[in-house]
Amino acid sequence: MQNAEPQFRRVARFVSPADRGFAAVVYAGSILFALLIVGLFVELVLGSWPSIVKFGPAFIFNSSWDPITSKFGALPMIFGTVMTSLIAIVLAAFIGIMAAVFLADFAPRWLGQPLSFLIELLAAVPSVVYGLWGLFVLAPFMRTTIGPALQHVLGWTPLFSGPIVGVGLLTAGIILALMIIPTVTAISRDVIAAIPRDLREASMALGSTKWETAIRVVLPAARVGIFGACVLALGRALGETIAVTMVIGNRPEISASLFAPSYTLASVIANEFTEATTSIYISALIELGLILFLVSIVVNALARLMIWSVRGSERV
Amino acid sequence: MAQSASKHRNLARRRIVGWLGVSVALACAAIGAICLLIILGYVIVQGAGAVNRDFLTQLPHPVGVPGGGVGNGILGTFIILGIATAMAVPIGLLTAIYLSLFGRGPIPEGLRFLSDVLSGVPSIAIGLFAYAVLVAPLKHFSAFSASFAFMMLMLPLLVRTSEQAIRSVPQTVREGALALGMSNFRATVRIVLPTAMPAIITALLLAIARVIGETAPLLFTAFGSQFWEMNPNKPMAVLALQVFTYAITPYANWQQQAWGGALLLIGAVFVLSLGARLMLRRAMRGLEA
Amino acid sequence: MTTVAAGELLATRDLGAYYGNRQAVADVTIGFRRKAVTALIGPSGCGKTTLLRCLNRIHEINFDARVEGSVLLDGHDIYGGDVDPMAIRRRVGMVFQRPNPFPTLSILDNAIACAPKGLNRREKMEAAERALRSAALWDEVKDKLKTSPLRLSGGQQQRLCIARAVAAEPEVLLMDEPTASLDPIATAVIEELMASLCREFTIVAVTHNMQQAARVSSVTAFMLADETGIGRLIEADDTGKLFTKPTDRRTEDYISGRFG
Repeated sequence: MQNAEPQFRRVARFVSPADRGFAAVVYAGSILFALLIVGLFVELVLGSWPSIVKFGPAFIFNSSWDPITSKFGALPMIFGTVMTSLIAIVLAAFIGIMAAVFLADFAPRWLGQPLSFLIELLAAVPSVVYGLWGLFVLAPFMRTTIGPALQHVLGWTPLFSGPIVGVGLLTAGIILALMIIPTVTAISRDVIAAIPRDLREASMALGSTKWETAIRVVLPAARVGIFGACVLALGRALGETIAVTMVIGNRPEISASLFAPSYTLASVIANEFTEATTSIYISALIELGLILFLVSIVVNALARLMIWSVRGSERV
Repeated sequence: MAQSASKHRNLARRRIVGWLGVSVALACAAIGAICLLIILGYVIVQGAGAVNRDFLTQLPHPVGVPGGGVGNGILGTFIILGIATAMAVPIGLLTAIYLSLFGRGPIPEGLRFLSDVLSGVPSIAIGLFAYAVLVAPLKHFSAFSASFAFMMLMLPLLVRTSEQAIRSVPQTVREGALALGMSNFRATVRIVLPTAMPAIITALLLAIARVIGETAPLLFTAFGSQFWEMNPNKPMAVLALQVFTYAITPYANWQQQAWGGALLLIGAVFVLSLGARLMLRRAMRGLEA
Repeated sequence: MTTVAAGELLATRDLGAYYGNRQAVADVTIGFRRKAVTALIGPSGCGKTTLLRCLNRIHEINFDARVEGSVLLDGHDIYGGDVDPMAIRRRVGMVFQRPNPFPTLSILDNAIACAPKGLNRREKMEAAERALRSAALWDEVKDKLKTSPLRLSGGQQQRLCIARAVAAEPEVLLMDEPTASLDPIATAVIEELMASLCREFTIVAVTHNMQQAARVSSVTAFMLADETGIGRLIEADDTGKLFTKPTDRRTEDYISGRFG
């Protein structure tokens, strides 16, 4: 399989017939693997092509989504996706990083291990179960308790004004936050734990309290990895479909209130794909999928770069 | 004197801030754990009422008619997962073998990059791919297209963890096999793979646990069904899809069954994770050569 | 002085070995006496293990591995264009530094893992027994042939690896510090084994233990890394002569413990 070089002799690794056949099968499997992934991208582009051609870049900025007149614009969906993911990452980043600090530096073993385990279990709960719980437990609770409370305190801002239906941006954001907290916590905890002890000891030797060390010394030292964890979690939130679909209200509107129902890129595909009648409708939906695909690649690549630079070549 | 008193007060204040901070951090960790327990609690309490023999073995009843079950969904889950596993394991293992044999270099790194890309793709986009390749051209929904989507979802996890499993077989075992005159083929298949098998099975169980609750791709691949179905070329009921469909209906009977299905799903994830953990322990033991 | 006599089974000519661009071994020309034990000694990093691994083409498992020169088995260069490395490895067996029995096979299956093909069940059992006897392990394992080799002691595992290598019916047996990980009693057993095995096989053994080399070998070769880190063959001679009246001053320094 390798050519003989002028000075040295490279020796072939697969010479016998059995090995040749083996090599062929291994190559075939790997090529198929690569083709599947490339094919995914190609099919998404092919499927979106009619929509791309018809609507062009205005697709992203157009805010009307009207299957009847075949006018499709992705802006409400982009808005919903961005808003829910933003709410989710703000909540999950604070809770997750704080939890990671606690688990890495302050928790005694008898407490830290069960807590870590339970938090990781959050990642094992299927998406549809989150949606179910969100729909029947969180949404009513939002409508009866959380919503009015928030509106009482913060109702003067446009964010918390408006009717409280139960489903909406905020509910979806909270569910998403729960789903991505384990990602933030687990990776941040590892990153924090990997910060060398000397740094902490030096800080404490200078008179800082343990808490001050954790917040002012360790966290900044770990910030690249932690940021990477948050970006990775954000990537997962952006693509989450079923749980969001069940609690977001499925209305393609842009509104200032967090209590308002909305729509995300993923949930519009989930809701409308099987009802899509015209081919341009289908193509528009596939184009949404393509946008999701591209966004997820960029976000994930960014995240992995950041986490890589801190943790070495161990993959997340 | 005054200076040391104020220093003392300052330290006391900082200590209080510290305690407050740790309390907040503890509360955050607790929030995650408590939310999990709340969710589990609801699923168990609400779902237990729905799960009985009829639920597990019967077909769904028409709207308004009480009773019925998710028997076809359970069957469908097994069938679709079975086919998906049968497709994912060969492709995943072969790719992992390639990566473990050719470690460095542009092509292996390219494959790993592609695998990472795939692991971040939202499952609905993968569902669209399965639709474009297997549903649209054939003009009908099918369980097989769902298996195809699940295979795509399982592959990155399988490839990455299988590669690690194969690499964790000590180099000296592989060298020993080759030094005896075994071909790469025999050395890999008869010696290295069996040694790595417990770890590979762990990877497989975890991959299945991950996809068993995936609903999004099913919406336009398997599509669901009200009947018993064993033909992978036809639309098929799937438990996760039934939970979703029932949950968004206004019928209390079906909503109750959605909880029951959720309980089954969580139970399945639990059993699979437990199995994976046991397998992992066996894998660790096997390497203590 | 290096001696290359005619009629030797295994010999090298100007052998060089590389890991990528780093040269580990250069210009080694040596013959290995038939049905005798040749010891390779030298300080760490002198290239003796690399040299050994070139003799059965295991060196090339490493991705950047390269080889220069030739290794002659029965007069034919094993690095020739159409030579199948697997065939070479069946004729030139190897025992490694740490015992490496196949963990998923039983003791019996380990022993016959690479027995010559085409044997029926009874012949396989006989081959296993022969191999295990020649490794002085038969009596200790004959009642537990179907159990896992991981339950054996280190010395027993190493003897199992020797049996496994012997069962493939090679002509040459390469041993890479075979007793390095064993206790003194197990070491003594293996050394006795080498004495009896060399009646049937040509043995080349790397060892960092000079006393062991003096005990078991009839020919000893001394290697040393030069200033650039490239391993070279300094001297090879009858063991008795090398240890009492070495020709090269560097050999003498090493033997008398002045370094290494």
